[in-house]
Amino acid sequence: MEIIMAFVIGLLFTAAVYLMLSRSLLRIIIGTGLLSHGAHLLILTMGGLDGKAPPVLTDGVTDFADPLPQALILTAIVISFGVTAFFLVLAYRSYQELDTDDISAMKGGSEDDE
Amino acid sequence: MTQVLFIFIPMLAAVFIPFLFKSIKNVHTGWFVLLVPASLVIVYSTYIADVARGQVFTGSLEWIPSLGINFVSYLDGLSLLFSLLITGIGSLVVLYSIFYLDKKKEQLHNFYIYLLLFMCAMLGVVQSDHLISLYFFWELTSISSFLLIGYWYNRDKSRFGALKSMMITVGGGLFMLGGFLLLGIMGDTFSIRELIAQAPQLASHDYFIWALLLVLLGAFTKSAQFPFYIWLPDAMEAPTPVSAYLHSATMVKAGIYLVARFTPIFALSEVWIWLVAGIGLLTLCWGSFFAVKQTDLKGILAFSTVSQLGLIMSLLGASAITFHVDDVSNSIFRFAAFAAVFHLINHATFKGSLFMIAGIVDHETGTRDIRKLGGLMSIMPLSFTVAAIGSFSMAGLPPFNGFLSKEMFLTAMLAIKEFELFNFNTWGILFPVLAFMASVFTFVYSFYFVCHTFIKKRNEKYADTVHEAPIGMLVSPILLASFVILIFFIPNVIGDLFVKPAMLAFQPFYASAAAIDIHVSAWHGFTPELYLTLGIVGLGALLFSTLKKWQPLYQLWPQKFTLNHAYDMMMIGLDTGMNQVSRSYMRDSMRQYLLYMFTAISVIVITTLFVTDAFSFSFEGTAPIRLYEIILIIVLVIGVVTTLIAKSRLTAIIGLGSVGYTVALFFVIFNAPDLALTQLVIETISVALFLLAFYHLPKLTKINERMRFQVNRAVVSLAVGAMVTLVALSAQSQKLFPSISKYYEETVATLAGGGNIVNVILVDYRGFDTLFEIAVLSIAGIGIFAMIKLRLTRKGNGHENK
Repeated sequence: MEIIMAFVIGLLFTAAVYLMLSRSLLRIIIGTGLLSHGAHLLILTMGGLDGKAPPVLTDGVTDFADPLPQALILTAIVISFGVTAFFLVLAYRSYQELDTDDISAMKGGSEDDE
Repeated sequence: MTQVLFIFIPMLAAVFIPFLFKSIKNVHTGWFVLLVPASLVIVYSTYIADVARGQVFTGSLEWIPSLGINFVSYLDGLSLLFSLLITGIGSLVVLYSIFYLDKKKEQLHNFYIYLLLFMCAMLGVVQSDHLISLYFFWELTSISSFLLIGYWYNRDKSRFGALKSMMITVGGGLFMLGGFLLLGIMGDTFSIRELIAQAPQLASHDYFIWALLLVLLGAFTKSAQFPFYIWLPDAMEAPTPVSAYLHSATMVKAGIYLVARFTPIFALSEVWIWLVAGIGLLTLCWGSFFAVKQTDLKGILAFSTVSQLGLIMSLLGASAITFHVDDVSNSIFRFAAFAAVFHLINHATFKGSLFMIAGIVDHETGTRDIRKLGGLMSIMPLSFTVAAIGSFSMAGLPPFNGFLSKEMFLTAMLAIKEFELFNFNTWGILFPVLAFMASVFTFVYSFYFVCHTFIKKRNEKYADTVHEAPIGMLVSPILLASFVILIFFIPNVIGDLFVKPAMLAFQPFYASAAAIDIHVSAWHGFTPELYLTLGIVGLGALLFSTLKKWQPLYQLWPQKFTLNHAYDMMMIGLDTGMNQVSRSYMRDSMRQYLLYMFTAISVIVITTLFVTDAFSFSFEGTAPIRLYEIILIIVLVIGVVTTLIAKSRLTAIIGLGSVGYTVALFFVIFNAPDLALTQLVIETISVALFLLAFYHLPKLTKINERMRFQVNRAVVSLAVGAMVTLVALSAQSQKLFPSISKYYEETVATLAGGGNIVNVILVDYRGFDTLFEIAVLSIAGIGIFAMIKLRLTRKGNGHENK
C-alpha cells in the first residue's frame, strides 16, 4: 500500500508544482493547498500504514496506528491552514489594490534601473 | 615596548587635529602637526649610531596574543632608514603644506588627519616584523592614500584617481595577504625573522613559488611597476604635498621595502631574480620613454617616479644574485644592493624637491601645463635653482647625488651579463642595453622638465602677475636640494651610516656593516660606466635639442593600446558584463525563480539518490492493499486531474475541495480519527475562503480560460513529483530503527492519565509544539485583521487615523 501511496503523493506534488508555476494568483494558492495535502499524506505514509486500530486506548487492542505522525500532521494542518488563510486574504487585498491576479503583471514597475 | 608606541604617535595626534582646527583659528593647524614628525625624526636619529654598529632594537605590543599576532617594532638598518625618510620628508612636507594650503579655504583638519594616519601606517609597514600587522599597516597606507588623493572630493578627476589607486593597490594587497598566509603555513610562523632563518627549507616547499608570486604582486602594485603603474599618474590629482610625500618618497617605496625585506627568503629562486630585475628594468624604460610625452609637470614627475622605482627594483633583483655567488665580498654584484639603497635615498631627496617646485609653479602661475609655461627663470630664480639641481641629479650628472647612484646602477647592470647561472649570460646582455636607453630618456625628460618650464621663451600672459614663492614654501625644497649636493660630496658618510646597515638587512653575508668594503668615489677612473655616462649625455643632448621634431611621434601611439585604456575597458566590461549576467537570470518574474528552485532541488536530490545508490525498493513490511483504498485513490486522482485541467477557477476550487475531503477519508481508513475531523472542518473553511477570494476577482481580467500547457513547466513538475516518489520509496525500503511510539502507547494511561494517544501527545508529551501552533494561528488572525483594517494609501505618508 505504501508503494502505491508514494506514487499518489508524487502525483499530488506534480500537480501542485504545475499549478504553482501558473500565472494566476488563485491557482498558485490552490497549488500550495495540493502541496500541503501531499506533504501530510507523505508523513502519514512514511509512518507506516499497517496499524489495525485508531490510536485510542481500547480494551483488548494492541496493534495501534502510529500516533506520533498523526500528532505531527495535526500540527501541520493547523499551521498550513493559518498560512493559507493569510495568503488568501493577502490575495484578496491585492485584487482590491492592484486590480489583477496575474503575477506576471505584478512587477516593481518604478524600479530605477535605466 | 615604548619603541612600538612611536609608531602610533601620529595616529594619536590625529585625534586632536579637529579640536585644534576648530578652536584655534588664527594659527595654521599644520604648525601643530609639524611637531609630530619633527620629534619623531629626533627620536629615530638617536638610534642611528647604534644601528650602524649592527645593533637591532625590538619592541612589541600584544594585539591578539591567543593567535600570536602582535605589533612588533623591529628596527634594523633597513627599517630605520625608511623610518627616517618617512618622518624626515614628512616634516618637510608638512612645513611645505603650511604655506601651500590656505587655512581659510581648505579643510585642513581632514588633510592633516589623513596625513598623520598615513604616517602611522607607513611607520608600521617598515617596522613590522609580524606579517599580519605588516598587512594591516599596508592596507592602512592604501586607505589613507585613497583619502588624500580624493582630498578635493568635489572634482571628478580626484575621485577617479582615488578610486583607481584604491582598486589597484588594495587588489595587490589582497594578493600579498595570500602570499603571507602561504608563508605562514609553510614556516609555521608569521615572524619575518623566523621565516628568514628557515629560508632554505622554505625554498623546497610546494607553496614557495606561489607565495613568491603573490608577495611580488603586492609589491609591484604598490610600487607602481609595469603594468600596475597606471594609478600613479592619475594620483597626481592629489594636493602637491601629498604627491611629494606619498607618491615619490614614501608609499611607492613600500613595495621596494617589501622586496628588499623578503630578498633573503625568495632570492634563492631564479624566478625572483628574473621577475624583480626584469620587471624593474621594463618599468624603468617604459616610464622614462613615456615621461617625455607628458605635458603636465606632475605627469612628467609621476612617470619619472615610475621609472626611477623600476631602476631601484631592478637593482634589488640584481642584488639577489649575490645569494648564488661563492665569494660575496669580491663579487661585482655586491654593488647592486648598495646602489639600490643609495638611489632610494637620492631619489627621495631630488624627487621630493621637484614635486614641491612643481607645486610652487602651479601655485604661482595657476597652471601645470608645460606648453603654457616658460621663461620663469628670471622671475623665480630660487625655484629655478632648486629645479635645476633636482633635474640634473635625476639625469645623473655630477656634482649631484644622482650621478653616483647612476654610475653604480650601470656597474651592476654591466655585471649581470657576466653571471653564469639561469641563462643570464645569454639574455643578460639586454640589461645594460635597456639601462642605457632608459638613462638617455631620463636625461631628456629631466631637461625637458626644467628647460621648458624655466628657460624657454617667456609667456607674456604670466609676465606681470607671477612672482617668486614665499620663503616658507621654498624652505623644504631648498633643504632637499642641499641634501642632493651634500650627498654627492659625502657619499661615504651616508654609506656608512645608512646604506650599509640597510644592506646588511637583506644581504646577510657580512659580519657587520663595517665589513662591507664598498667605497663610493665620484671619480673612479676610466671605466666602462663612465663611457656609458658620456654616451648618455651626448645622445641625450642630441635628442633633447631635436625634441620638437620627434616629440609629435608620441601622438601616433594609438589610444587603444595604452594600459589606461585597457584598465578602463576592464572596469566598464566588468560593470556591464556583471550587469548582463544579473539581468539574464533576474527576470523580475516569480515563475522564473520557482522554475530555478524546483529544477535545482529535483536535480540535486535525484543525482544524490543515483550517486549514493539509494534505489533498493522492497515490499517488505508494507501494509496490504485494500479495495476502499483503491477506490479512494481513484477519487483523489480524479480530483487532482480536475483541478489541473479545470477551465474555470471555480472548478479548480471545487476540485481542490474534493481532494481535501478525500484526504480526510484517507485519514478515516488509515485509523486517524482526529486528523479526519480536523481535515474536514479546515477544508470546509479553506474552500469558503477560496470562494471569497474568487468572488472578488477583478472584473477586467476575469477571463475563464484553461491554463496554457507549457513543456518546461510540465517537465519540471514531473521531475519534482518523481523526486518525491523516489525519496518516499527509498525511505520506505530502508527503515533502520523501530518507532518510539511504543513508549507513548504503554505510558499514555499510567503516566499521562489519558486514552487518546494523539491528543495526549499534542497537549502533554509534546505540548510545546501546540503552544506555538496556537501562536501561529493567532499571528495569522491578527495579520489578516491588520491587512483588512489598515489601509495606507500608496502615496500616503502617515497613518489612517491622523
